[in-house]
Amino acid sequence: MSEPMLKVKGLEAWYGESHVLHGVDIEIAEGEVVTLLGRNGAGKTSTLRAIMGLIGRRTGSIRFEGTELIDLRPDLIARTGIGYCPEERGIFASLDVTENLMLPPTLRPGGLSIAEIHTLFPNLKERARSPGTKLSGGEQQMLAIGRILRTGAKLLLLDEPSEGLAPVIVQQIGRTIRELKTRGFTVLLVEQNFRFAQTVADRHYVMEHGRVMDMVPNAELGASLDRLNEYLSV
Amino acid sequence: MDEIFGIPAPLLFGQLLLGLINGAFYALLSLGLAVIFGMLNVINFAHGAQFMMGAFAAWMLLEYAGLNYWWALLLAPLLVGAFGVILERTMIARLYKLDHLYGLLLTFGLGLIIEGVFRNQYGSSGLPYRIPPQLSGAWDLGFMFMPVYRGWVVAVAAVMCLATWLVIEKTKIGSYLRASTENAALVQAFGINVPRLMTLTYGAGVALAAFAGVLAAPIYSVNPQMGSNLIIIVFAVVVIGGMGSILGSVITGFGLGIIEGLTKVFYPEASSTVIFVVMAIVLLARPAGLFGRA
Ligand SMILES: Nc1ncnc2c1ncn2[C@@H]1O[C@H](COP(=O)(O)OP(=O)(O)O)[C@@H](O)[C@H]1O
Ligand SMILES: [Mg+2]
Repeated sequence: MSEPMLKVKGLEAWYGESHVLHGVDIEIAEGEVVTLLGRNGAGKTSTLRAIMGLIGRRTGSIRFEGTELIDLRPDLIARTGIGYCPEERGIFASLDVTENLMLPPTLRPGGLSIAEIHTLFPNLKERARSPGTKLSGGEQQMLAIGRILRTGAKLLLLDEPSEGLAPVIVQQIGRTIRELKTRGFTVLLVEQNFRFAQTVADRHYVMEHGRVMDMVPNAELGASLDRLNEYLSV
Repeated sequence: MDEIFGIPAPLLFGQLLLGLINGAFYALLSLGLAVIFGMLNVINFAHGAQFMMGAFAAWMLLEYAGLNYWWALLLAPLLVGAFGVILERTMIARLYKLDHLYGLLLTFGLGLIIEGVFRNQYGSSGLPYRIPPQLSGAWDLGFMFMPVYRGWVVAVAAVMCLATWLVIEKTKIGSYLRASTENAALVQAFGINVPRLMTLTYGAGVALAAFAGVLAAPIYSVNPQMGSNLIIIVFAVVVIGGMGSILGSVITGFGLGIIEGLTKVFYPEASSTVIFVVMAIVLLARPAGLFGRA
């Protein structure tokens, strides 16, 4: 395997005094869809926030396409070509749908056009002038994903896009992620719902207590079910 | 039409006009405060001193460089705004992670220092600044005489408020500002240089105060206290309008100016306190202010 697109090594992170990541190791090759599975509080969201520089303090190494990110500011991290979709979706109430969609600046050439995003998510076109937070939960999730597809970011960090959504919407999000893979996007997907994860991912990392405990290729997921259930059951 | 409610019409309209003028300054200053608070989460207590610096900058440009009112209207906001940028970069930016109170104390102290420096240099008696010849004289409106300069102040202030609102509501940079007010960390994680945006916002808010200072120079005498007299009322306006609401501060600024003017006609004894009475009532009924989001 050549040098991975993203290589996280020995990542530790703190919120103030509280030490939440204790040495996270993750590698993702270009074009892969990889999930981060784990119970509530395992450190999945913190891992994505630490990659983006949105956490109090972090140490270790995060290399993205050869650039070390550990000491960079969040805006400079984004500009290396990473798109972030937060768990709480982060739709802005004082911006309408189009403004929300257009907010992230273009980072590189090669992003999806607005027309392509509207084809993926027709609802966003119909509701272009509504305030962002007047959308349904599913539409807000589409907006949160849609707006980082425009920017030319090649690596997408998606934090529980299926959380709290109706099954048909979850299926639509799943189709979208598979479509993104065929277009060459690389995805790090945080999930608790591993039935859903199974339908989109190449590999799965399992987190517990701020560490990566295991890695399971999607093909072996069936055989590893007992092991996984141990990590994921509440 | 000599009397309205038993009040001579010229007196009524005269006070209404004065109220509108004061309202124009309340609106311009509270607008800057609202923009700064929304983006930086800092209550800029140096705002009055920066308004005063704008008036002094106009006086100095004329006195030392021979540059007239029109130049001052352009240059004073740029100079004082640049001073604001330096303050933000060197001091205020260090306080964002702390409680509101630290920013308030710092800017309050800066305001006192700035005022003290000017009082030391120029005394407190006030320096004259003439109305530019193009704007001197008065219009005869039939029912009253309207000094041209006062009409100009109201019109320019209204245009500036509208322009600021348009920038914030209708432009790309305005969408960055609105989004950062809600969630600055996420905006930065999209690749926008939020620290620089904050610096520019502070500079622009300060420049707006200085612009108001230039407008005020020919009306009030240019003196070191001119800002602190006004700013107390402006803070009341901001509290009434709702901290951080752009449109709210503009409407409230003009509205309270007019209420103050009318109070001078109908019950002069209350004219200096009416705004604070309104503030108390609004805070009891709507703690987030008239236009604020609770
Ligand atoms: N803002 C915060 N301040 C302090 N501790 C936090 C904060 N956010 C999360 N944590 C803690 O960090 C740990 C990991 O949380 P998180 O990364 O959100 O887990 P997950 O996304 O896997 O559910 C938890 O113990 C949680 O309580
Ligand atoms: Mg989480």
